[in-house]
Amino acid sequence: MLEVKNLQAGIAGKTILQGINLSVKAGEVHAIMGPNGSGKSTFANVLAGRDGFAVTGGEATFNGRNLFEMTPEARACEGLFLAFQYPVEIPGVTTNYFLKTALNAVRKYRGMPELDAMEFLKWIKEKAALVEIDQTLLSRAVNEGFSGGEKKRSEILQMAVLEPKLAVLDETDSGLDIDALQIVSRGINALRSRDRAMVMVTHYQRLLNYVQPDFVHVLVDGRIAKSGGRELALELEKRGYGWIEEEV
Amino acid sequence: MVTTVENYYVSEYESAAKTLVGGNLPWLKERRALALRRFAETGFPTVHQEAWRFTDPTPIAEARFRMADTAPDVDPAALRRISLTAPDKIQLVFINGRYAPKLSNVPAMQGLYVSPLAQAFQTSDRETEKTLGLLADVRQPFTALNTAYFADGAFIRLSTGFSSAEPIHLFFISAGTGVMSHPRIIIDADSDSKATVVETYAGLDGESANNVYLSNAVTEVRLGENARLDHYKMEMESATAYHIATMQVVQERSSSFFSYAVLLGGSLVRNNINVVFNGEGAEGTLDGLFVASGRQLMDTHTLIDHVKPHCQSHEYYKGILDGQSHGVFDGHIIVRPDAQKTDAYQINKNLLLSDDAKINTKPELKIFANDVKCKHGATVGQISADSLFYLRSRGIDRDAAKRLLINAFAGEIINRMGIARLREGLSEMLFARFNGGH
Repeated sequence: MLEVKNLQAGIAGKTILQGINLSVKAGEVHAIMGPNGSGKSTFANVLAGRDGFAVTGGEATFNGRNLFEMTPEARACEGLFLAFQYPVEIPGVTTNYFLKTALNAVRKYRGMPELDAMEFLKWIKEKAALVEIDQTLLSRAVNEGFSGGEKKRSEILQMAVLEPKLAVLDETDSGLDIDALQIVSRGINALRSRDRAMVMVTHYQRLLNYVQPDFVHVLVDGRIAKSGGRELALELEKRGYGWIEEEV
Repeated sequence: MVTTVENYYVSEYESAAKTLVGGNLPWLKERRALALRRFAETGFPTVHQEAWRFTDPTPIAEARFRMADTAPDVDPAALRRISLTAPDKIQLVFINGRYAPKLSNVPAMQGLYVSPLAQAFQTSDRETEKTLGLLADVRQPFTALNTAYFADGAFIRLSTGFSSAEPIHLFFISAGTGVMSHPRIIIDADSDSKATVVETYAGLDGESANNVYLSNAVTEVRLGENARLDHYKMEMESATAYHIATMQVVQERSSSFFSYAVLLGGSLVRNNINVVFNGEGAEGTLDGLFVASGRQLMDTHTLIDHVKPHCQSHEYYKGILDGQSHGVFDGHIIVRPDAQKTDAYQINKNLLLSDDAKINTKPELKIFANDVKCKHGATVGQISADSLFYLRSRGIDRDAAKRLLINAFAGEIINRMGIARLREGLSEMLFARFNGGH
């Protein structure tokens, strides 16, 4: 589904990703771990197409298409979803309206009929229940005044609504207390399926206690220094990142 | 001899005067004559005057507008096209400054008197005499010109205790090119009365027409004790038209005034709103939105004069500026020595959509009392790259995302409006305006 080969990218003339190779297939859950500044968030943002990041080498295909030739909206419509580390507040736009606009844009692109107000209401009700989100959140402006936990739950709701093929979760566990972490994890698990792949970018393995990955990769200095199964995450929890950095 | 433009409006006056309403009223004749003399003395404002620093009215002066001889027939369908709310249950329509009875609806309501000025002068000229020309400052050239030249206008009188939520809609439609109109509106609210008034200014052929005309309005409002007025102004003139307006509000004890001013059309627009708190405990809320593109110039001047103690004023204006447009916001607040316990705040936020658009925003607070709360703030920004990316990352294309963010910015003002049809109409209009090409 996602094939990344020797990806090099950076920001403001500084190279951060120094050649990343990653292959993600449908149904798989990958965790990308690494110390601060290793390039985890850069990787997530480059995949989603954020302005300001420049791809300087290598390639990435998503469902066989060149990812870097697509606008951010086209990537989303093709089924790529980025759960933001810092979700953006948009005053004046209700979450409900935002989600309906996004869903219909995606459905239109995918050749599906757009949902009217009533159909959308039914749709959103189901999704909110699936990820355990209080519907009162929907009538509030996007992320405005949301607590850290509410923001991350809203990201998971958006993922549920847009039904992506590949979800990239950027530090989704950061800033969550134990209750919020469990709710968010249950939401993520509820969205796991044979057709959907996930890439979880995280500093700590805390989230991985609840969402068990099939593969764990350790990013150091913009390269994947080590890959393994979930036992690798447990080892990192015990020993920290130092020993891998030394190995490199 | 060189005829100055001021001379032009003086020499033209004699023939124009025959067609103006209230010609038989000595007091009005006197006030009109005084106004014309004032105008001849002061002439048009120039950019050398502080209040007109950013807004050069020279093109208006040079155009030498004439009074329209005839008003074209306008059918109700055309009115619906240019209005966001028509047909309204209570509506007075004026075409090129003249009353159009066929398009107007004035149902009889106990305690409410609404009529064109022509009729008010016949039936209750004493009432009009108490207000007309006594609130607005005739030393202001455009107010003077209006006072001398107004062909007709609207008179709204609310009796003590009258209350209605039904908006009273005043439409001032301009048609043709080279013509001027000077709408005059009087709103006189007795104690404990409550009403909503909408003033719409539009070109007959919509915002995009190329008619060059001048619409120069003056609205005088007196609010008695505990009276409340909700006032909406929708300025949707043709793209090449000039619009100048002054609203003068005098508030007595514990009265409230809610103003929503929306500027959308016209090539040069100047909107003045002046509020005087003449009694304790009065409250004024001034909200506004101006949306300019192309080479439009939109200038808002507000003056809130806290004369008496315990009054509150809240002011929130937003500007959206695209293309090479220019916005001006000048918010003047005076707190007089007696006006203790004044609570005043003023905010102006602006969204610039292009590198060539500009805004001059200037708060001016003059505070002569010591126990007061006054706050002001102004911001100028662009569409946030983070917000744009967030929306795009959810599948919403760039243009749609931009439109959504522009509407969200405007929505903060629009959502404060109490008339649902106006809110919805405005939102749709803004979506359409920023559809593609920006």
